[in-house]
Amino acid sequence: MKMIPVSTRINGDEREFLCAPDETLLDVLRDRLGLTGSKEGCGTGDCGACSVMLNGRLVCSCLVLAAESEGAEVETIEGMAEGQVLHPLQRVFIEKAALQCGICTPGILVAAKALLEKNPDPSETEIRYWLAGNLCRCTGYDKIIRAVQEAAAEIRRLQP
Amino acid sequence: MVRVKLWGSLSDFADGKEVVEVEASNFKQLLDRLGETYPGLKPQFERGVSLAVDGTIYREAWFTPISDENEVVLIPYMTGG
Amino acid sequence: MTFQSGAKRDFQVVGKRLVRPDGIDKVTGKALYGADFSAPGMLFGRVLRSPHPHARIVSIDVSAAESLEGVKAIVTGWDLAEPEDEAIRDIRDNCLARDKVLYDGHAVAAVAATSKSIAKEAIRLIKVEYEILPHVTDVDVAFRPDAPAVQEGRSDETVPEESSPNITRRFEFGHGNLEDCFAKADKIVERSFKTAATHQGYIEPHACLASLGSDGRGELWCCTQGQYLVRTVCSEILGLEASQLRVTASEIGGGFGGKTTVFIEPVALALSGKAGRPVKLVMSREEVFRASGPTCSSSIDVKIGMTKDGRITAGEAVLRYSGGAFPCETVQFGSQAAFAAYDLDAVKTHGFNVMTNRPKEVAYRAPGAPMAVYAVESVVDELCQEFDLDPLEVRLKNAARKGTLSAYGPTFNEIGLMATLEAAKAHPHYSAPLGPNQGRGLSCGFWFNFGGNTCVSLNINSDGTVGVVEGNPDIGGSRASISMMAAEELGVPYEKVRTVIADTNTLGYNDTTDGSRVTFAVGLATIEAARDAIKEMCGRVAKLWGIDEEAVIWENGCAKPASSNAGDFEPMSLADIAAIADNTGGPIAGHYEVNADGAGVSFGVHLCDVEVDRETGSTQILRYTVFQDAGKAVHPDYVEGQMQGGAVQGIGWALNEEYIYGEDGKLQNAGFLDYRVPVASDLPQIDTVILEIPNPGHPYGVRGVGETSIVPPLAAISNAVCRATGVRMTELPLSPARLQKALQEA
Repeated sequence: MKMIPVSTRINGDEREFLCAPDETLLDVLRDRLGLTGSKEGCGTGDCGACSVMLNGRLVCSCLVLAAESEGAEVETIEGMAEGQVLHPLQRVFIEKAALQCGICTPGILVAAKALLEKNPDPSETEIRYWLAGNLCRCTGYDKIIRAVQEAAAEIRRLQP
Repeated sequence: MVRVKLWGSLSDFADGKEVVEVEASNFKQLLDRLGETYPGLKPQFERGVSLAVDGTIYREAWFTPISDENEVVLIPYMTGG
Repeated sequence: MTFQSGAKRDFQVVGKRLVRPDGIDKVTGKALYGADFSAPGMLFGRVLRSPHPHARIVSIDVSAAESLEGVKAIVTGWDLAEPEDEAIRDIRDNCLARDKVLYDGHAVAAVAATSKSIAKEAIRLIKVEYEILPHVTDVDVAFRPDAPAVQEGRSDETVPEESSPNITRRFEFGHGNLEDCFAKADKIVERSFKTAATHQGYIEPHACLASLGSDGRGELWCCTQGQYLVRTVCSEILGLEASQLRVTASEIGGGFGGKTTVFIEPVALALSGKAGRPVKLVMSREEVFRASGPTCSSSIDVKIGMTKDGRITAGEAVLRYSGGAFPCETVQFGSQAAFAAYDLDAVKTHGFNVMTNRPKEVAYRAPGAPMAVYAVESVVDELCQEFDLDPLEVRLKNAARKGTLSAYGPTFNEIGLMATLEAAKAHPHYSAPLGPNQGRGLSCGFWFNFGGNTCVSLNINSDGTVGVVEGNPDIGGSRASISMMAAEELGVPYEKVRTVIADTNTLGYNDTTDGSRVTFAVGLATIEAARDAIKEMCGRVAKLWGIDEEAVIWENGCAKPASSNAGDFEPMSLADIAAIADNTGGPIAGHYEVNADGAGVSFGVHLCDVEVDRETGSTQILRYTVFQDAGKAVHPDYVEGQMQGGAVQGIGWALNEEYIYGEDGKLQNAGFLDYRVPVASDLPQIDTVILEIPNPGHPYGVRGVGETSIVPPLAAISNAVCRATGVRMTELPLSPARLQKALQEA
């Protein structure tokens, strides 16, 4: 199979890679670039564990072909903290026990961040519908929703 | 003598008795002696059997002491998820 | 030194909501799960699965696959060894079939190749000739004596002659005279129920990386609830010595019982052994559904008698569970748990395990209990409706309590059911008003909880910090709770303790993370290991001070003279003692090894409000409250998390989740799109009330909390739906189509 050369920017860094035509962005992130923070829970876009931002849009990276990311800006969970400083969502998730096993956490954090960038003050219902594409089997979502609400309030306080 | 309660499908292999008596001071002796008296119980014992003494379940501990003062119940070996 | 046990105490660390030590790794994507490992020269494995529910394997031709460029190894069931233990032989035959395939998705062969795409292509080139056999996927059909035999000769001595060849075992529990006690009832209700098989639904598919050398030494990294169990099973299936196979548990992306066995690990090891290179094997989601998990499907008959003032006179149940294509014990737990919440003069349960052409069952959170309790609690609710009695008052009137002869044999000692029911009764939820098409349901739930084999090492570091080494994968925050108990007992700050999970060669054997055992048993062993270290520290201080060991006590993290009679010495902290360990006898550590008993049963009560859309048959959960006895909640956040998570899994079981098989015996919904687990927008907040009735079997009173919470939702929701609609549903899930049909027929 002929490999395709691709240039992207991932979490602000220029990255170039070769990929097969049938490889997904998730495959490349995990297998070729060592960014295993994005998880594969289903491979069919149903669970949201592989959520990343592609040119500012929330996508399931398992449904994006790697070749489609040519020239794109990709943001993954690995780029969410700034150095040692966690994003408020990350910190509140730990403080409020919004994760148990943690496998869905990267996808949920990426998705929740995308929500708060669009809508800094979402209602509980808005949060629940926005995150409906991110499955969590451990928590029953309760502490996740509360953590997103609390992080949103904190971000609003910091950025009036 | 210790009175030992058997669960329903186990009593089928102890001449239909729901309660059997055995001279034993711990779980291991109980299993050995019941197995001698009622050889039909042995396959179940080999698959695993637990002991409840006064309401506390001991899954495997052979040296758990028992006496005629205790409520002693045999139950099948149990696991969880 | 003497230590108090079970006594009330003022906790300094335990009971606080502290930050988990693995938090940062898990919110930044650094934590390594099963599929996140790789090794130099690694190959990619892939499994070929049967498209038939039941067939004899006539031949397997791998020649074309073998000659494909990049294929380095191919294995079939005949490449595996011959374990002595029958249960492990069953696991082997489930990992790779030998003579017959027993369900749609049963593994037949596997390849290892230099890339995923070559492995995929190689699987297509393997030619398997099958002789199709008649199949059966329904538990009631399989129960009939003339049903197709899934396997021959698997019935044990408890199964009556002339029964279906698919019945592998029968259980019977209970006491009292049913006939006399049913005669005392004013009303007897008999109902038959069916529940679908459901999947544990962990978001992380099974994954492993295996490396096996020609010298019989192996390394295995995998996501599992029990690395020691993986070692035992894999070494038997591969014919290896346990000491030579080191198993390291990765972070685990959910298990709920589903990762208490192996599916791919022996296959990856066999491929690696043949190829001489490391092999990574990861299941797809479709494979997870078709060939791992699920729980039992069930068919249950219940008969309960009640007087008009609400006293239950007798109860009887017949439970037929299918654990798939192999013998399975889960119906035992259902038969024991069905009536556990009740104080009954006469009770009897009869359980049968029935084989069907479905995947081999694996434990799912309180295995066997949810469906049994669903059936019983549905009938109790119907009797309450019959006599127009408050369902909570009826539960209080009949609740098991200290001194109750339990339905499964022993007499209960300290249990928390009454307190839990009282808490539910007093809660505003119970008296809140309801609107049209709305109903409120409740159900009790029960799980046994277990202890089990446990080793803990606790090391006092020279800088005054503490390392705890334990052997149970952290599936929901247990590293935090174990560190908290170590800190509590030693009297040091939580931050000074770090708990790590050992591989199989670093620490002695530990039972799997199951049976809600970890916080109880590993916690108990950690406390005892801390006491062992304290004893050593006090001994050294006694020598330093030149007084008797008994004259030194441990208080607030310091060794002190027991009284002024012992002498006047400045207390020495753990850090002071650690700093001079080299001079006082060398490194200081504590150990504890135990097969822990006394786990203490756990009861829960769930209240649930629903609204049913009569047009579509869809059920919305409006409000949900979980009441549960935790003994002592070590880390309340994670106790609540267990209560909420279990409740939501139960909600999924009640409303949507089911394995759907076609007439062709094939699974029709092997993906999250069609097998619908609850999503955030389906749910309200799940409120929790933690009761603390101390377990006398644990130094801090801890009871396991992980499993009980999945037991009540099935009946709580079905009862709520009945009160909202007037229709008593007897089959789960209450999917919109099924409920709509029932509403139309009513």
